[in-house]
Amino acid sequence: MSTAEKYVTAAYCAIFALVLVYVVIIALKVQRLERDVDALEERVAERDEEQEREAAAVVG
Amino acid sequence: MSRERAEFADVGRTHRIPLSTLAAASAVLVTLALVLVFFVAPNDADQGFSQRIFYFHVSIAITAYACFGLGAWKALMHLWKRDPRADLESYVAIHQGVIFGILVLVTGSIWAKISWGHWWLWSEDQLVLFLVLFLFYAAYFMLRFSVDPGPQRENFSAVYALFGVVLIPVSFMAIRLAKQAIHPVVFTRHGPNFGGWILVAYVVSQIAVLVLAYTLYRVELAGKLVDVRLRRLREATA
Amino acid sequence: MSYVRDVGALARKDLLLELRARDTLPAMLLFVVATFVVFHFALPASASDLAASGLLWVAIVFTALLGLGRAFVPEREQRMLDGLVLAPCDRSAIWLGKGIATLAFLGAAEVVALPVFALFFHGLSAATIAAVVLADLGICAVGTFLGAMAVATRARDLLLPLLFLPLAIPIVIGGVGASVVDAPGRYLGFLALYDALFVLVCWATFEYVVTE
Repeated sequence: MSTAEKYVTAAYCAIFALVLVYVVIIALKVQRLERDVDALEERVAERDEEQEREAAAVVG
Repeated sequence: MSRERAEFADVGRTHRIPLSTLAAASAVLVTLALVLVFFVAPNDADQGFSQRIFYFHVSIAITAYACFGLGAWKALMHLWKRDPRADLESYVAIHQGVIFGILVLVTGSIWAKISWGHWWLWSEDQLVLFLVLFLFYAAYFMLRFSVDPGPQRENFSAVYALFGVVLIPVSFMAIRLAKQAIHPVVFTRHGPNFGGWILVAYVVSQIAVLVLAYTLYRVELAGKLVDVRLRRLREATA
Repeated sequence: MSYVRDVGALARKDLLLELRARDTLPAMLLFVVATFVVFHFALPASASDLAASGLLWVAIVFTALLGLGRAFVPEREQRMLDGLVLAPCDRSAIWLGKGIATLAFLGAAEVVALPVFALFFHGLSAATIAAVVLADLGICAVGTFLGAMAVATRARDLLLPLLFLPLAIPIVIGGVGASVVDAPGRYLGFLALYDALFVLVCWATFEYVVTE
């Protein structure tokens, strides 16, 4: 490979490496966010159920 | 609240392949493709080193078509099956398609400059087609963001995405017809002779770019779905 | 056959409205003739006849845009679209009726514009006229459809050209090709294919544009 071609190769590899690092970081972050939101939804659902049970107990 | 939970909270379970696996697969495949394209595949007899850009240029082009196709498919699912997530998936697919489409134009332009000395060539069918498609799908975003969120916006986006998928072959035909009469071909190009390592390098880079695109699609989709779920949680706990 | 009657009624409504208002068609006529004059000055002295042929198609597309921009204005201003949608007809009849009316306007404008073009520049071949007819079908089908969407958005007049022009590129290619080339059959066939495909897609999906 000539010098110019080495630079082109290096440029391609560098750009793709950056893209891949970005993708991996974002994918992990989004997965963590999804888990957090899952947990939040669980807690809200439990709280709703508790409120329903209390309301039923008051009425009954 | 519970019905909406059922619609959106399933996202982790409906998509079978987890994001981290996809990201890892992309990393492996793209690295492999880079190695094959730059260190293993032989130089093209006619064009030399600069022909190597085609491995990615073609892969990216095919991936862009795949994204537009997926966008149109999801649009159809939205209109026909009333799938609640299809509109968002269609939008994200088309968004990815436009990103990769811009990359086609950029890589194609670089190749044109290196090979023929011009930054733009009307004689390159692929470039011209992507220019038309870029105009079309850019208008998709103008349309979508000119309507308030709701069923009307979803329907408009879906119908327009279907138009796009009809436009792709029609424009391709038109551009080839135009070349014959209106813009005679000045520059001709020999396609690479497929064989051996050239074929392997191409196939691997095509798969790599497709997997990368799908990863980006899933990432963006997951991000948007998390936004939606957070908003609903905020409303539920307000 | 009530579908045909619905379409006829809708088209007739638009034609009658235009007959009374008399604003869109004169505007289109003036616009297209003015455009030809601009073209004369825009073309350098050495420009060939072929360049003028190409510009004819530019004029047609932009004149059509002018008419299309106005096509759904009555519905929007008097909120008639809701009433039309409530009417017991197949929704695609709205698109077809409006499209036929727009086609009539565009055709009427071209009946004047084409002879003027032949006068200012050079003669018109039969192939060009056939291409204009075929192109008008595609322009009105797609343009009416997009106009219905554009009118429901915030950007309205800004949006219709953006939506329409990419879809008009194949029409222009087909039209210019047919006007310029010795064997126009392929280009006319292509225009017919464009028309068939897009009329089908418009007809099948218009319902989703006006309902939720």
